[in-house]
Amino acid sequence: MVSAETVILDQAGVGRALTRIAHEILERNKGSDQLVLVGIRSGGDLLAAELNRRIAEIEGEGVPLGTVDITMYRDDLAARGSLPVGKTEIPFQLDGKQVILVDDVLFTGRTIRSAMDALMDFGRPSSIQLAVLIDRGHRELPIRADFVGRNVPTARAEKIDVQFDEQSVPREVRLIKP
Amino acid sequence: MAFGHKHILGIEQLSREDIQLILDTGDAFKEINSRDIKKVPTLRGKTIVNAFFEASTRTRLSFEIAGKRLSADTVNIAGSTSSVVKGETLEDTAKNIEAMAPDIIVIRHGHSGAPHYLAERVGCSIVNAGDGAHEHPSQALLDLMTIREHKGTIEGLEVAIVGDITHSRVARSDIYALTRMGARVRLAGPGTMIPPGIEKLGNVVVCRNMLDAIDNADVVMMLRIQLERQSKTLLPSLREYARFYGLNPKNIKLAKADAIVMHPGPMNRGVEISSYVADGVQNVILDQVANGVAVRMALLYLVSGVEAMETQQG
Repeated sequence: MVSAETVILDQAGVGRALTRIAHEILERNKGSDQLVLVGIRSGGDLLAAELNRRIAEIEGEGVPLGTVDITMYRDDLAARGSLPVGKTEIPFQLDGKQVILVDDVLFTGRTIRSAMDALMDFGRPSSIQLAVLIDRGHRELPIRADFVGRNVPTARAEKIDVQFDEQSVPREVRLIKP
Repeated sequence: MAFGHKHILGIEQLSREDIQLILDTGDAFKEINSRDIKKVPTLRGKTIVNAFFEASTRTRLSFEIAGKRLSADTVNIAGSTSSVVKGETLEDTAKNIEAMAPDIIVIRHGHSGAPHYLAERVGCSIVNAGDGAHEHPSQALLDLMTIREHKGTIEGLEVAIVGDITHSRVARSDIYALTRMGARVRLAGPGTMIPPGIEKLGNVVVCRNMLDAIDNADVVMMLRIQLERQSKTLLPSLREYARFYGLNPKNIKLAKADAIVMHPGPMNRGVEISSYVADGVQNVILDQVANGVAVRMALLYLVSGVEAMETQQG
């Protein structure tokens, strides 16, 4: 059986969504003074870099940019085995910062739970806000996003695929039916 | 690629891809050791027993810190204070440890093959922390991690290993690991300390003397003279050994200008390595120790995944 794929956001659509989110982040946080971006590997780190480019265009300069790998904080070692661990790079202090956690797709919320645990191990941010490109529903934890590119109702078995080009710029978002 | 080893018994069993994955995982875990809060919850609820039936400071401490930084509960047994002194067999000791349901037993033992023997008899993961004159896999892996950190790659490097090759489990594991990753290994040591046929292990050459071995080398690895494993007949005197097989400010100049100097510790200063070299700018000996914690975290993490999946599937 061939699986059906629909493009739900094209390159221009992703670009517009990210530009809007950048504006919303700056508006809600009253500028970029205490702001830092932390992207979740892999996907969220690339989107965080894109957001920072837009913040730099608006504010004149970007904000500190980090990446977090949540493998060490997963809760499913027995089910998935030892997945490859990526590098976490947060080369700045988190204490007192307004952290924008960035991910590509918000689904069960478990990744975000893991990422927040990881951030807490690095310091005590004054706040953590969540920015995602796609919110597809099906939460298993009481977690919601502060900034959303697009809400996409999905069935559990469907997949969302965020694709990037060779320059790590998001190209399109596809919904894949099983 | 998924890691498929429930036990780490030696480098011999590991493929190039396995070693690559362990080193990459070690690199990722290394960052934890520089945090203010040096702990992640990865192995929460796992129990690791460090059963050391032979003396060790560095390796035992390193495994213990590695386990604790991953949030596992680590318990240590030393041979000298265990029931072994009352005459209990290794198998009985292990079965008793197993009855308390640990997830991993890290074992150091004076007899080659002790970890293999246990792996066939107990259900949990076994990690070899040095068995007799056989293998010391975690030491070889931390050596590789340190070399890769300083040289960027292992492929194509010329690595000299100098000293008592016969009695050294470090040398054996390093030879397996280095040749598998594409390095060329040159060995040098007194004739009584070079095992016949060692060059059959792969891309290995036995040099006539130490100077040939370190000439233009990228890495110079000095082995500890193991006074406790020595019978007097192998070695006329330490002074003579130091003269022919000790690394000093003069002969180190034969190696490449950017060569690194390694030693698995504990050092016999003035015997296999002069203090000048041991403390010199080319030494990476303490980097080896630091990387030891990261690479052991990687090993504990990777075998845990295999063990946990096996347990869940029954």
